[in-house]
Amino acid sequence: MVLFEVFINGIILGGMYGLIALGLNLQYGVARILNLSYGEFFVSGAFTAFFTIMLWQYNPLLSLFVSLPIAFAVNWLIYQYLMIPLIRRAPDQDALDADVVLVTFGLFFVFQGLALVYWSGDLRGYTFLSTPVNFLGATIATNRLLAFLGACVIAGLLFLVLRHTRLGAALRAITIDPVAAGLVGIDVRRYSALAFAAGGALAAASGMLVSTFISFSATTGVAYTLKALIVVIMAGVGRVTGTLAAGILLGVVEALGGYLIDPALTIAINFGLFMLILLLRPTGLFTRA
Amino acid sequence: MAAGNGVLLSVRELRKAFGGLVAVRDVSFDVPEGRIFGLIGPNGSGKTTVLNLITAELSPDSGSVLFDGNEMVGRQSFEVCRARIARTFQLVRVLPYMTTRENVMLGRMFGSSPTAPAQAARDADALLERVGMAGRADLVAAQLTYIDQKRIELARALATHPKLLLLDEWLAGLNPSELRIGIDLIRQICRGGVTIVMIEHVMEAIRALCDRVVVMNAGEKIAEGAPGAVLSDPEVMHAYLGADDAAA
Amino acid sequence: MLEALRNARFAAALTAIASVLLALVPFFSSGYIMSVFILLYANIALATAWSFFSGATRYISLATAAFFGIGIYVLAVAHVYVTVPLALAAAAVIGFLVALVVGLSTLRLRGVYFVVFTFGLTELVHQVLNWWEVKINHTVSRFIFTDVSNIAIYETLLFAALITIVGSWYVNQIRLGYALRAIGEDETVARHAGINTTRVKVICFALSASVMALVGAVLALRYPYVDASIAFNNTWSFQVLIAALLGGTGRAWGPAIGAIPLVLLSEFLAGTFPHHFSIALGLCFVVIVYFLPGGLTRLVLRLYHSWRLPQVKKAEAL
Repeated sequence: MVLFEVFINGIILGGMYGLIALGLNLQYGVARILNLSYGEFFVSGAFTAFFTIMLWQYNPLLSLFVSLPIAFAVNWLIYQYLMIPLIRRAPDQDALDADVVLVTFGLFFVFQGLALVYWSGDLRGYTFLSTPVNFLGATIATNRLLAFLGACVIAGLLFLVLRHTRLGAALRAITIDPVAAGLVGIDVRRYSALAFAAGGALAAASGMLVSTFISFSATTGVAYTLKALIVVIMAGVGRVTGTLAAGILLGVVEALGGYLIDPALTIAINFGLFMLILLLRPTGLFTRA
Repeated sequence: MAAGNGVLLSVRELRKAFGGLVAVRDVSFDVPEGRIFGLIGPNGSGKTTVLNLITAELSPDSGSVLFDGNEMVGRQSFEVCRARIARTFQLVRVLPYMTTRENVMLGRMFGSSPTAPAQAARDADALLERVGMAGRADLVAAQLTYIDQKRIELARALATHPKLLLLDEWLAGLNPSELRIGIDLIRQICRGGVTIVMIEHVMEAIRALCDRVVVMNAGEKIAEGAPGAVLSDPEVMHAYLGADDAAA
Repeated sequence: MLEALRNARFAAALTAIASVLLALVPFFSSGYIMSVFILLYANIALATAWSFFSGATRYISLATAAFFGIGIYVLAVAHVYVTVPLALAAAAVIGFLVALVVGLSTLRLRGVYFVVFTFGLTELVHQVLNWWEVKINHTVSRFIFTDVSNIAIYETLLFAALITIVGSWYVNQIRLGYALRAIGEDETVARHAGINTTRVKVICFALSASVMALVGAVLALRYPYVDASIAFNNTWSFQVLIAALLGGTGRAWGPAIGAIPLVLLSEFLAGTFPHHFSIALGLCFVVIVYFLPGGLTRLVLRLYHSWRLPQVKKAEAL
């Protein structure tokens, strides 16, 4: 029975990882920017929720009204003023990746540095809706279920937008071929900026949801950036359903691995799965080529 | 050590699909040693893909490539180069921040008969003279005109000491006098013992240089034979949609 | 003057004189000056080793801190069982092997996978070693008991920095150097020219990693104790990156030039404002990428060329 509980927790965790990865997928798949500072926005969402409940005693969900717009705006500015000059001068995607990686690595240091200065490196956590619920025979905390529900809702909305709106069609066109998309009249820069900003907002939203049941600190951003990167690579860039599935796979493997081997080795388990994928199917689990 | 009957390269039932699109469908042809062989067809017919399959830039779904009796499928690009197959690219690729000489030296240093840098530099200078780039060995490649970049790309390919040279639209974009010089150069290279397969749209060059031509359309081989016969084949003309080039 | 520098023999003589002078510094200065120089040599060796692979091939490695930390850790563990020189050798070998595994997994694929992997490597090794220490050894920190003098450490690191620069320069003269640069400029062309790009990348990456591990091991001799958090600090990856890019990756001596201002700056700031230091670094770094893409060497060489050969430049303009 314990194994089943571990498994369910893995799925819930995986749903979170899928959500986190969806944001990165928007940034890398549409805007073609590999953002190594991504996890820092996750952390910002977590800290905003933390202060909302601990300092002002409000429901942490309300923090989204603050963290989402800020994350959106900051990411939009980053794209407009830092990324576009790089895109203009790069001869191809590989050269762009190299420049982008360097700049976002620098941003990662800036943001993490700011977080350490203002919020210190202490581990933070809070209790919110931690009452256990019986779910299919397993005992799960309400906050985990809520987080998973939140992830499903957000992912579902994203899916609907991508499939059934003009905006979504434009985003998908840009993901497949930005040059061709431009040629059919899509304002690639504007939509890419939008996607990049939305990705950042998704990171903050995930941070808020995860903060309800996992402790965090100013330095845990890296681990989540890594998880998002691994999931995106596993799923193949640009697929929503694939990203969720890959996220759940990561979550389940991590939960089971943590239970069977050791919970302190999460990153090692993530990397183990990552290496396996690199060796077997580097183009992604769900790509057809 | 050819395959016996003077055939240097033998492409058999080569097939490559990308998702649902079959780019190359069961293409077969033999390239005789010491000749210039043409590969023509409308854009998108799979010609460059065939070249990419031969040089292992892509791996085929099925089929084989026999060079000098040896199977090339399954090898990597650098091994194909060392086996003495060289190529130029449809969109010229030079190393932009290296000098002209260094670009050509690369082929010498790592090709089929690896040479130390000093000797490679001397050989590179000789090759540059041959392609008409004498005295410009110290210029940085990014500063050259497109045509000059094509020349050093050819020199680099020659530097690897190939038995088979694959040219991908190397004569494209040349004015009439440059074209004549280019055709002469290719003829000279062949006379020097190098077998050539050329993808071309410039029919004048095809007629002037090739003994034998294969025509591809939509991934398939639709005709093979001497240039004159092939170019007046109605199916070939239909594939080109009655292009004036074919009738000229 | 620069013309003279191009003359290898002159440069060699200059290097030899500078080396001898630097080697004599410890006998005439305070412990503080020595420690600044030690940090400088370490950064020079690390940045040059980084540039040797990543600067040439453009496969950006963010894992300098991982190999540096591995070196520290191997020394901390090994020096208890074997002599210091052997422990140093062990550090270099283990750094090499870990890089080999990373390289073989990722360098056959596009650069993105390599970058992502190296980005997480420091955290990975940190977490694994932490777990191993807690679970298996029931300890968190390790003490380092050696009687290696500061002067010996100084001279060793000076030697390491010199060897790395000279080695880098030498490789640029031989075929391997051309192979590395070709991979960086156009890997498809490199492959078609007969270069076994995977083998070149993996081996050079592993070599640079083993140098980084060695530097970490030597520096570890100065710490009274280490634990995983001390050993594995991403700031090293970042500093080395800045030094190499600031100095310029096109020449063997480029990263060394970039390391000098960086170490001086870090001496002034890092002690008093550690977190502000990384923010300042991060911002400097963003500036470098935008305004000095070739680093100082490109700037220096460009100024030299435009002063020296204005007529030729005009002729080449199309």
